[in-house]
Amino acid sequence: MRSPATARQLLRYLPVLPAVLLLLVFLAGPVLWAFHASLTDAGLTGRSARNPSWVGLENYQRLLADPVFPLSVLLTVVFVAGSAVLGQNLLGLTLAVLMRRARPLVSAVVGTTVVAAWVLPEIVAAFAAYAYFSGDGTLNQLLGGLGLVRQDWLYAFPMVAVMLANMWRGTAFSMLVYRAALNEVPAEVTEAAQMDGARGWQRFAFITLPMIRGSITTNLMLITLQTLAVFTLVWVMTAGGPANASTTLPVLAYQEAFKFGDIGYGTAVASVLILIGAAFGLGYVRLLREPRP
Amino acid sequence: MTATARTLGSLPLRPAAPGRRRASSTPADLALLLIGACFLLPLLWLILASLDAEAGHELKLPDRAGLDNFAAVLTPELLLRPLWNSVLLSGGTATVTVVAAVLAAYPLSRYRSRFNRPFMYTVLFGTCLPITAIMVPVYGLFVQLELLDSMAATIFFMATTTLPMAIWMTRNFMEGVPVSLEEAAWVDGASRMTALRTIVLPLMKQGLGVVFIFVFIQAWGNFFVPFVLLLSEARQPAAVSIFSFFGQHGAVAYGQLAAFSILYSLPVLVLYVIVARGGSGSFALSGAVRG
Repeated sequence: MRSPATARQLLRYLPVLPAVLLLLVFLAGPVLWAFHASLTDAGLTGRSARNPSWVGLENYQRLLADPVFPLSVLLTVVFVAGSAVLGQNLLGLTLAVLMRRARPLVSAVVGTTVVAAWVLPEIVAAFAAYAYFSGDGTLNQLLGGLGLVRQDWLYAFPMVAVMLANMWRGTAFSMLVYRAALNEVPAEVTEAAQMDGARGWQRFAFITLPMIRGSITTNLMLITLQTLAVFTLVWVMTAGGPANASTTLPVLAYQEAFKFGDIGYGTAVASVLILIGAAFGLGYVRLLREPRP
Repeated sequence: MTATARTLGSLPLRPAAPGRRRASSTPADLALLLIGACFLLPLLWLILASLDAEAGHELKLPDRAGLDNFAAVLTPELLLRPLWNSVLLSGGTATVTVVAAVLAAYPLSRYRSRFNRPFMYTVLFGTCLPITAIMVPVYGLFVQLELLDSMAATIFFMATTTLPMAIWMTRNFMEGVPVSLEEAAWVDGASRMTALRTIVLPLMKQGLGVVFIFVFIQAWGNFFVPFVLLLSEARQPAAVSIFSFFGQHGAVAYGQLAAFSILYSLPVLVLYVIVARGGSGSFALSGAVRG
């Protein structure tokens, strides 16, 4: 069956091999290992670390019975919906629109500031956000200056703090995507609508938004996936606390595996997160495969 | 498809503003400046605290500004060794990624096959997996394979996590190099790999630079992966050592923490500016891809 032509074809694709091997060993491998390990009692130390035994779906049953897990799922949904789908997305679009109307200097300076928060290493961004929201931090100084009530944000409203921090950190991405998208909307189209008497917001809602809807969907998918995976920001600012009040799924998986030494249970949490990511990933790939209208 | 390619290719770049724009409006300026101020404040703390020997959480001008904090952290074990580890880790990761991505992208961009599209979409799917979710399993895997605390293994893992994105970007840049140039070389008897090395790669040098820097920036800023996989202090990059520093001295030495953060952030800020400024040509190249 294997003709010389097929052999040559295979040989031509030989250079792909290193990449395929890396992806199999370090990406596909851990994912498969996760599903396997989540069915065992693997531990961080001791006998169960060297010789984990099969426990079937026990970890998943524990997951469903554990009151922290549903809370963690809920917090993750709130975190992603609030700080990415609404926060980063709308703020990024607002910034992109404003930047087209503002003076070039202003838009360049503000653009650089927004991008700076995004380019900084995540741990540095997390420290800066921690200081900003802490008891005697900048936010409370501002509120105090305005005569408003100061709050201990990281304890009283940990989710609000990490969500605002994630908006600060990640809005640059949406802003860049929307600036590129708006630049591609032909001016003739909006000008024609203007001639027909469409007002500013009408032109935006009925002409511009439909024309960039491809970018909107792509952006929503990508920032959802990025925000789903946020760990460092939450870990440095609140470490999931107080009392699990900001334990998103990545933090929960980390805590179970490394703080409580239960790798099996931690990987069960991680497996759920991988499945959620994979579902979004499949949706994203399907979306891009569809031919554009 | 074009939009994907463009999104993937343009991530680290600032898109150039087009010439045509309407009359600027002052309300837009003010709104923008207000939002910009909100983004600036946390960064401002970082700068002011680094210059203030008695810095705390609050934003204030230093009573006497100085570089004491920088001098205090500029010691071999506190800053220089972790920074060197970061260089090794990020440089190694970027090198492995770029080599693997170039090799993979060449057949994918040059040969027609039923295999290309499914492969590229599988790779695209790979870019979507939340890496933080696989860190617990990766730790387990590394324990089993006795790879924990190995710099090389960590480099290969980090390279793999950035590889899907890098393959997409590299293929897009490669599509910008016309095949006709290589065909001339093939006629002269050059092998495919020789053509890739001597003709294609020099022509996409700028694109390769963008991919390298893009991966380097990501690896440099990555905290979670080395935090989980590198255990001994001697191997930890700055991202991790800054965290332990914060844990040990954080309560007293916020100024030093800020100074450390700034010194550690500078390289990626510089690299970003290089890509954003010099890469506009290759950015256009990456934008002009066909699916």
